Formats: sequence, C-alpha cells, structure tokens
Amino acid sequence: MSVEPVVRIIGVRKVFGLVAVLDSVSLDIRAGEAVALLGANGAGKTTLLKILATLLRPTRGAATIAGHDVARAPEAVRPLLGVVAHGAWVYDDLTARENLRFWATVGGLDAYADDLTVALAGVGLERVADARVRTFSAGMKRRLSLARVMLARPRVLLLDEPFAGLDQRARKWLEGRLEAMKAAGAALLMVTHSFGRELGIADRLAVLAGGRIALDTARGTLGPDDVQRLYAAHAEESA
Amino acid sequence: MSYARRALAVAWKDLAVERRSKETLNALVFFSLLLLFVFQFTLGGDRERLAAVLPGVLWLGFVLSALLALGRTFLVEREHDCWEGLLLAPGDKSAIYLGKLAGNLALMLVVEALVLGLFVVFFDIDLGRALPGLLVVVLLGTLGLAAVGTLFAAMTANVRARELLFPVLLLPVQIPVLLATVKATEALLLGEPLGAVGHWVKLLLAADVIYVVVSLLTFDVVLEA
Repeated sequence: MSVEPVVRIIGVRKVFGLVAVLDSVSLDIRAGEAVALLGANGAGKTTLLKILATLLRPTRGAATIAGHDVARAPEAVRPLLGVVAHGAWVYDDLTARENLRFWATVGGLDAYADDLTVALAGVGLERVADARVRTFSAGMKRRLSLARVMLARPRVLLLDEPFAGLDQRARKWLEGRLEAMKAAGAALLMVTHSFGRELGIADRLAVLAGGRIALDTARGTLGPDDVQRLYAAHAEESA
Repeated sequence: MSYARRALAVAWKDLAVERRSKETLNALVFFSLLLLFVFQFTLGGDRERLAAVLPGVLWLGFVLSALLALGRTFLVEREHDCWEGLLLAPGDKSAIYLGKLAGNLALMLVVEALVLGLFVVFFDIDLGRALPGLLVVVLLGTLGLAAVGTLFAAMTANVRARELLFPVLLLPVQIPVLLATVKATEALLLGEPLGAVGHWVKLLLAADVIYVVVSLLTFDVVLEA
C-alpha cells in the first residue's frame, strides 16, 4: 500500500442555500485502500461523493485526486475516476455490448470487441451480451455498470450504495470484484448504509455526521455488531 | 479522431434508441397527422387561400414537431440516469453536442419528409420544379432550428418548467430562420427559381453558421452549469 494518498479531502464545506450539508470534512484514501463511508440519510455522503466526482463544487476547502484539484481541474480528474452511482447509466434499448461500447467510446477509450467480451465475461454477462438491457434485472444492470467501470481501469472508484438491491449471491460476487480492483491498486470510497459482511472489503470505516467525519478508524477485526455500536455512538453524538 | 468518434457514438446511440423504442417518432407522426387534419378542415379547398397560407402552415407544422422532438433531446439521458455519465466523460463536450445535433437533424428530416409528403397528398399540391429548391431551404431551416434547439434543450433539461421555458427561449432566437424559410418557401411554391431567393438562402446560411459555432463554443459551459 503506497503512503501518498490518492484522494485527499481537506476541510470541505458545502452549503445549499442556508443549510451546511458538509461542514469541515477531511479524509485521505491511499492506493489499494477501501474506505466505507457510513452516515444517516441526509448526512452528506452523496454530496461528498459528488464533490469528488467533479459534479459539485465545494463551498470551501479542497479535494484532490492524484494531486489534481477536483474543482479547478475537473478534466484532469475525470479520466482517473470510475463512478457507480444510484442509476446504472445504461440505455434500456441498447444491448449490454452496445452500452459498453458507447461508454468506452465517449470516455475516449480504444475498446476493441475482445475487450468488451472480456469485460462482460468478468461480470458474468457474456451470455446476455447481445440482449437488450430492458430485459435485465436490477442486479444485472449493476453488474453492467461495474463492467463499464472495470473497462476504464480507474485509479479511484466512487461507489454509491453499491450493494443496494442485490441478492446475497450478487453481493458476494460484487465483493469479490471490488477486492480484485483494490488488489490492482485502485482506491475505493464506498458510501453505504449496510453493516453486513460486505463491509469486509473496507480497510477503514468513516462515519459522517453533523457535517463532519465523526469517526475514522481501521476496520481491523471489528465485527458487524461492533461497527453498528460505533456507528450509533458517533452518529448520534454528532447529530 | 477521438472527437469525431465520440460525436458519432452519441448520434448512433440516439438514433439506435429511437429506432428501437420509436417513442418520439410515433408521437411526431401522430401529431403531424393531427395538424394536417386541422389545417385541411380549416382551409378547405379554396386554392387562392391555400396558396397564401401554405408556406406558413407548412413551417408551422415543422416548427411544432421540432419543438416536441428537440425538447426530448436530453430527457432521454435523465430518464436513463445517464446525464451524469455524459457530464463526467473526459474531453471536449462539444463532441456530445455535435452527436446530439446530428441525431436531432436526422429525426427531424425524417418527420419533415413525411409531413411534406402528406401535405402534397392532402392539399393536392404539385411541387414539380420547386422541389430541389425547397429541399435546400428545408435542410438549412432545419439545421438552424436543431442547432439552437439542441443547445437550449441541454440548458432547460434540469429546469422544472422546461416544457414552458424551452419554446419561450427557442422561438425568439429563431425569428431570422423562420422569416427566411417562410419567405423562401412562398417564393419557391409560386414557381420562382432558387436563385430568386438567394438573399433568404444567404440569411439562412449565415444564421446556421452563427448558431452552430456559438452552440459549439458554449455547450461545455451549459452542460457544467
């Protein structure tokens, strides 16, 4: 694991109207490290993710990815990012292969037919590669979304509720894929509500409450019950 | 090369989605038929009256169907949660604009060809010698409509009252295009050659160049706003 953080968030504040959603958030993530960001509804988790994804500008403070400021140099940051958002970013009337080819081309990648086949096989969708996405389940769409991200080989992966709507088998499968990306050196920031086994891929847990990082700790040997207790203590204390 | 590939990918995607879903095309064809029926009932068989209003009626049909088609340009992205994906695509965003413009232009030209064909049948018009000149005017007029319409569709995609705001923004900017197309169409249908409406064609060309260049230069700002 490298020492220099790939993602740096320094004193980020974000205000919508009169409401400060984020007050002074600071967080570092290193290459090959996964951080699970926990927090109640409205705690600002998605806002923080959007700031890192260059979709929102912080009101104050700064965030950098591989040394590039996300607000000042979004064009330098975007090629380094892989984003799995709430929506799967897929067109229902295109096939899985066509969706991948479209996003690869728009993203400026030279994706050849073999690359697309490998990416689809990597997420277990090779048999339905030429079927329209309209016929896919939510889990299959989520897998296709991940294939899109894997094709780009991003240095930083931002995941918003990646396990939402997935059954146990799909959760286990996604866990394996994220572990593989982490092992390949990607930095992961994963927003989640879950305290379950999927937190196993996280090296660190951060709790966002009251607009600040109320807890930032190594996951170590913490079990789901310990995590839930810590979360409750820090989230309620800061709220 | 990557710029052209990205623009082509966006155009191809829009046309493939439309070809398979036919959501916009079906609505436009039905809407155009409805317009033709209304015009037919209103104007009847009075040839003199028809000759006087036909250019305006024809372009009214084109503009109304264009408003419907263009207004949906970026709603497709929102409905599929793909707006953020396009926003995060690295590189010059004007490639996305060009792709969207090409897709809109193709769709509008298909609908206009259909409307023009139905006009000929419904109103028993002999286009004859006017057809080549009319095609030039329709092509240039449609490009002007689509160029600004695509930009304004992006501008209003995230606005709550977009259905109201879109035509309110678009139509005043289209006055030079509408004036030139209606006047040129009127002259061509009266049997004048294309050369006789050269000044209107030049106005259309100038408006198209300005609209496309300004849209290319400002699309990045509009998308990021």
